[in-house]
Amino acid sequence: MSTRLATGGRLTDRTKQMKFRFNGQQMRGVEGDTLASALLANGQLMMGRSFKYHRPRGPVASGSEEPNALVNLGQGARFEPNQRATTTELFDGLVAASQNHWPSLQFDVGAINTHLSRFLPAGFYYKMFIHPRPLWKHVYEPFIRRSAGLGAAPDAETVDADTYEHFYTFTDVLVLGGGVAGLQAALTAARSGAQVLLLEQNAHWGGRTPVDGGEIDGKPAEQWIKDTVQALEAMGNVTLRSRTMGAGVYDHGYVLGYERLTDHAPETPGPRHRLWRIRAQQIVTATGAIERPLSFAGNDVPGVLLASAIRDYVVNYGVSIGDRTVVVTNNDDAYRTAICLHGHGLNVPVIIDARMQGGGALMAQAEALGIRVLKGKAIAKVKGTRKVTAVEICDQAGEGAVLETIPCDAVAMSGGWSPVVHLWSHCGGKLSWDEGNAFFRPDLSRAPTSHDGAPFVIPAGSANGYIQLKDTLADATTAGSSAATAAGHQPKVGTLPQVAPREEAAMLPVWLMPQGANVKLRSKAWLDFQNDVKVSDIQLAAQEGYESVEHAKRYTTLGMATDQGKLSNINGLATLSAALGEAIPSVGTTTFRPPYTPISMGSIAGQARGDIFQPVRETPLHGWHEAHGVHWEPVGQWRRPYSFVQQDETVEQSVNREVKAARDSLGLLDASTLGKIVVKGPDAGKFLDMLYTNMMSTLPVGKCRYGLMCNENGFLMDDGVVARMSDDTWLCHTTTGGAERIHAHMEEWLQTEWWDWQVYCANVTEQYAQIAVVGPNARKLLEKLGGMDVSRETLPFMQWAAGTLGGFPVRIFRISFSGELSYEIAVPASQGLALWERLHAEGAEWNATPYGTEALHILRAEKGFIMIGDETDGTVIPQDLGLGWAISKKKADYIGKRAQARSHMTDPTRWQLVGLETVDGSVLPDGALAVASGTNANGQRHTQGRVTSTYHSPTLNRGIAMGLVLNGPDRMGEVLEFTKLDGTTIPTKIVNAVFLDPEGEKQNV
Amino acid sequence: MKRYSAFAIAREALRHHTGWERAWRKATPKKKYDVVIVGAGGHGLATAYYLGKNHGIKNVAILEKGWLGGGNTGRNTTIIRSNYLQDPSAAIYEKARSLYETMSQDLNYNVMFSPRGVMMLAQTHHEVRGYERTAHANSLQGVETQFIGPEKVKELCPIIRLDGPRYPVLGALYQPRGGTARHDAVAWGYARACSDMGMDIIQQCEVTAVRSDAGKVRGVTTTMGDIDCDKLAIVVAGNSGVLADMAGFRLPIESVALQALVSEPIKPAMDVVIMANTVHGYMSQSDKGEMVIGGGTDGYNNYTQRGSFHHVEETVRALIETFPMLSRLKMLRQWGGIVDITGDRSPIISKTPLGGCFINCGWGTGGFKAIPGSGWATAEMIAQGAPGPLASAFGLERFREGRFIDESVAAGVAH
Ligand SMILES: Cc1cc2nc3c(=O)[nH]c(=O)nc-3n(C[C@H](O)[C@H](O)[C@H](O)COP(=O)(O)OP(=O)(O)OC[C@H]3O[C@@H](n4cnc5c(N)ncnc54)[C@H](O)[C@@H]3O)c2cc1C
Repeated sequence: MSTRLATGGRLTDRTKQMKFRFNGQQMRGVEGDTLASALLANGQLMMGRSFKYHRPRGPVASGSEEPNALVNLGQGARFEPNQRATTTELFDGLVAASQNHWPSLQFDVGAINTHLSRFLPAGFYYKMFIHPRPLWKHVYEPFIRRSAGLGAAPDAETVDADTYEHFYTFTDVLVLGGGVAGLQAALTAARSGAQVLLLEQNAHWGGRTPVDGGEIDGKPAEQWIKDTVQALEAMGNVTLRSRTMGAGVYDHGYVLGYERLTDHAPETPGPRHRLWRIRAQQIVTATGAIERPLSFAGNDVPGVLLASAIRDYVVNYGVSIGDRTVVVTNNDDAYRTAICLHGHGLNVPVIIDARMQGGGALMAQAEALGIRVLKGKAIAKVKGTRKVTAVEICDQAGEGAVLETIPCDAVAMSGGWSPVVHLWSHCGGKLSWDEGNAFFRPDLSRAPTSHDGAPFVIPAGSANGYIQLKDTLADATTAGSSAATAAGHQPKVGTLPQVAPREEAAMLPVWLMPQGANVKLRSKAWLDFQNDVKVSDIQLAAQEGYESVEHAKRYTTLGMATDQGKLSNINGLATLSAALGEAIPSVGTTTFRPPYTPISMGSIAGQARGDIFQPVRETPLHGWHEAHGVHWEPVGQWRRPYSFVQQDETVEQSVNREVKAARDSLGLLDASTLGKIVVKGPDAGKFLDMLYTNMMSTLPVGKCRYGLMCNENGFLMDDGVVARMSDDTWLCHTTTGGAERIHAHMEEWLQTEWWDWQVYCANVTEQYAQIAVVGPNARKLLEKLGGMDVSRETLPFMQWAAGTLGGFPVRIFRISFSGELSYEIAVPASQGLALWERLHAEGAEWNATPYGTEALHILRAEKGFIMIGDETDGTVIPQDLGLGWAISKKKADYIGKRAQARSHMTDPTRWQLVGLETVDGSVLPDGALAVASGTNANGQRHTQGRVTSTYHSPTLNRGIAMGLVLNGPDRMGEVLEFTKLDGTTIPTKIVNAVFLDPEGEKQNV
Repeated sequence: MKRYSAFAIAREALRHHTGWERAWRKATPKKKYDVVIVGAGGHGLATAYYLGKNHGIKNVAILEKGWLGGGNTGRNTTIIRSNYLQDPSAAIYEKARSLYETMSQDLNYNVMFSPRGVMMLAQTHHEVRGYERTAHANSLQGVETQFIGPEKVKELCPIIRLDGPRYPVLGALYQPRGGTARHDAVAWGYARACSDMGMDIIQQCEVTAVRSDAGKVRGVTTTMGDIDCDKLAIVVAGNSGVLADMAGFRLPIESVALQALVSEPIKPAMDVVIMANTVHGYMSQSDKGEMVIGGGTDGYNNYTQRGSFHHVEETVRALIETFPMLSRLKMLRQWGGIVDITGDRSPIISKTPLGGCFINCGWGTGGFKAIPGSGWATAEMIAQGAPGPLASAFGLERFREGRFIDESVAAGVAH
């Protein structure tokens, strides 16, 4: 049984006890524990179930490569599934539960799958459930989908109680990984004067080295690490961040750092995670190496761990996995585990070394301690289901005939090491195969390159394939100084840290144990522990022609689990290449994708949540609206009043009232959201002539003109009134939704095509509040405020004037989108509210009525004015809308002119704008289509028109609509059938689109 | 070809699966084929399949520079729907969707078509009107779809928040028979069926030049040598511009990265596909339990098959507002594919200026759902020398004539 040892635990403080719960059971740990070490200390080896066969799973590793020990962590608004126990720092009161089983971890019905595993080989679902078809839908698929997933889904109605934030920084040299290589690289780079940022995913510095021991510069490695961290902390140009993982490397030296601020202490105020967006000139990846499992039957039984992990648990946490640990290896490093266990008084019955010659100095050391070493041997099989009970030993060279059975309760396995090349590879760094060490290492000649073709990522230490401490430090020194040089600094010549060389015998690549394992053993030898992929699965994929690594991976799901194949990829790849009879490098690896380990979605979203996710834009009158019964409509980023609902009124009634008020007496509209773009400069007129279909350069100062803007394809994209302010200045009004888009459109043309034209554009939308005063009594109200002559003669329709109105500095535009006598008054935004309140109060005698967007729409529709986004949809040209009059015939060119000459654009059968009235006076549905007889070659019903906007007109007390109809203007009075969604149609008459005051008498008074 | 079935699995289980044969043959190029298809993505493979099945043309090679299905076909978020606005789109996507219904049986390969329903959320009044318009169009196009209210949205998708502070859910366009399928299986199933018909699927074979003579295609040059053909079909998605250049013409196409990401797997939480176009995010839950998430395209052209991080951020942020529980999940992996985007966001299925050379491309961000329909229509065009009714609107000439098929009209992204 796993337990806490009497001594040891360099990261723990046994005087600080902590309580936590696992599967409802109260347990105890100590400060410095991870959840995994604390569970082990409580004898809880089994921590979960695998994905497909629901096999019992204990931890196999001690760090972020762990595939098995995943738990549901926390509760309520702080619940999180799939949390790795090996990287979860224990805190007092932690609550966790194991995953993927029912009804309990011990007794799991799904475990039946393991007995059926023969019938569920890789890709079985592609071959089954095909017939009969209805069964797939009703039985198989629901079954497959119900068994999906690992952790529980967080509650849908609970909002995350934590907050997250984004930080930005830049640096000369970014070092990822705070092991000895990272520390040494950082120190070397920092001594050159470069700005250095060093990130370490764990809470502690130094990586593996303190566990493995050894001396640097004549002192214990641990002391050297302390001293180096201290030295770095003392340097002004260095920043160190622990609990911060390098998550992804992107183009141009852009790196994502993931800092876990309060996961280890959830009660601490402040954000939980911080996402760092870093720009680095040079990136040093000092991400270390990960040990590989060995593939033998039963290598997944709880109690079989990586040799390095067993050592970690003993040294770091004072926790043992078992009393009798069999060590199995193909390299020297695992001997350290045997020696370490022995040193802690634990029994190592045997070291099984697959190499005929065995190991070097470490083997001698182990043997000297009296540990039995078997050479050229292998594990045929691990016995036990929920925990290891014994191992069967065989010859590595054979097929698995059992020579000896050794009772034990733990197995430490080592298949060699693989450099962590993920971050090197994210942005295109390539790898080369190292025969001697049987691993992929960064190919320095094919590094990720920046815009100038120069490399910007430098691997260091074990991550670069230098596994021995002496080599690691030497390589890290080189990396640090290359990075500093590349970032423009002069590295100082320093002395290399002194490390005594260690003699190690060569490792032997062992991809299957024993080498000739029969199919029975192979179908119990696991490659991917979480997804339950076996050696036999990969071999089946190869046999069936899924030969590319990507095919084999996808067919078997190897490496697609939440550990992203950190332990399984190389073993799977080797198994595949053996099955194909090809060399490993020619088969190649799968692509490494960010993030290195999963990062919270909350951190990706950052602080922009809730109210500050796309903050609402408010006009200066927003608060007033809020206080006066507003019913909001979101329009782009804005909120606009849809209508102002009074007591005992429905929304619909309020709209009708507002329309009538504007028609009969006086309406007030907050038009502040309308886009306002100032276009200025010697070439401004020329520019606007290109931008608009009509002529703007000839517009006299003081006048306004309605303009249309098309895109390159000739389609109408925006409209609005343009006013000439002075000789070289125009003010362009755009639609509410269009302001930013049109401004960008202007800039794009100016910056990419007409960069030599002297024009400036400024979006001044928010600088002004704009209020439309609308209705027969509009002039009276303005006259009452006084200060400007707003008479028909001085300020006629389509002119503007600047002055002081009732004490306010204003511009008054006499323009109308309602067909009524109308003035749009612009004031500096800060005075908007005061002007509005004044207009509202002084207008009371005419029942001044604020109105919203729906009334605005109805007022314009009654007049047959088009609305961008209703009558247009990106496929409509001005000619379709009867707006030919707004297209200048005199101009040589404007954006869209050439496109509008294309054959389809001049096709007489294009649908044209008309008015529509249902025969029974009802309101046509939005988007209804006019049906025609017959069907097309694809069996679709022919159509001959569609509704573009449709309303109930309170003025006419009937439904009115606008639409585009085939030959519409020539078919006045004809009745067409329009669709309803219930399958019926409505007879509808084609009429003039101007329903009211066709001569425009009301607006010109 | 040995047929797949539960019985076959049971039989093989008894002999430890040693009897399974290759899903597709390993082929080496012949000197000449009737038809050479460049690109073994879903569209290329489906084209080959229907050439054989519908038109009896089986002397066909499909050339693939990497591994089959490894382009966008193996990278996409597998949303299948056909509730498009414009007639030509609705016709070809509905054809495709209906073929998906029986694809597993047709191919004897379970592609796991899962018609769990697709909801396109309306989060502004403008979107409501746009989707109502689509619903009217679909009713005349023979596409089953409906506009549903917020309560029904919540019923179908309990993890959704209807009243988010920014964009409340006002309803959705719902296609009950839309859904997802397993992307790899679609490619593999077609490949197996094509190989079984005697066609050669040649992987690791990159086309480097198109050979022609007097305005007519003669064959291609590849990394495995020259291969002759009577007819050539270019079906290479993000690489279309490159191939068109080899064939001597230009395309109105931009290649940009589109990204997707998945969360770690969780127990079933969502049994419908959601698309939220106002905020450019869409999501479904895979059969493994991962939340599969996609968003908008990157803002610049490239060929790297990597994406920037900014779009991931925008997409995730937007989806968390609508699905608050996402905040407590983790992103497992992010990736990108290079999509081929036309000016009107609709595909090209067309003859080309080079005689005997056909092109199928421009599916951009939404062509997985079209694979069988597109293959059907492209095969018909190749066999008959001219496009049939499903393809005729998608010719290259539409850009010259201005006869666009613009789908962005009703919705932002066309996945
Ligand atoms: C992230 C993402 C999400 C998406 N989500 C969806 C979705 O939800 N729903 C949907 O319907 N669609 C979606 N799509 C779009 C969909 O993936 C594509 O439209 C579709 O897969 C295109 O298929 P294809 O066969 O045309 O292209 P591909 O699958 O890309 O195949 C083209 C093939 O041509 C090969 N090739 C290129 N050049 C050469 C050469 N010179 N010689 C030989 N071979 C060559 C390539 O290697 C590749 O295999 C998404 C795309 C992406 C990237």
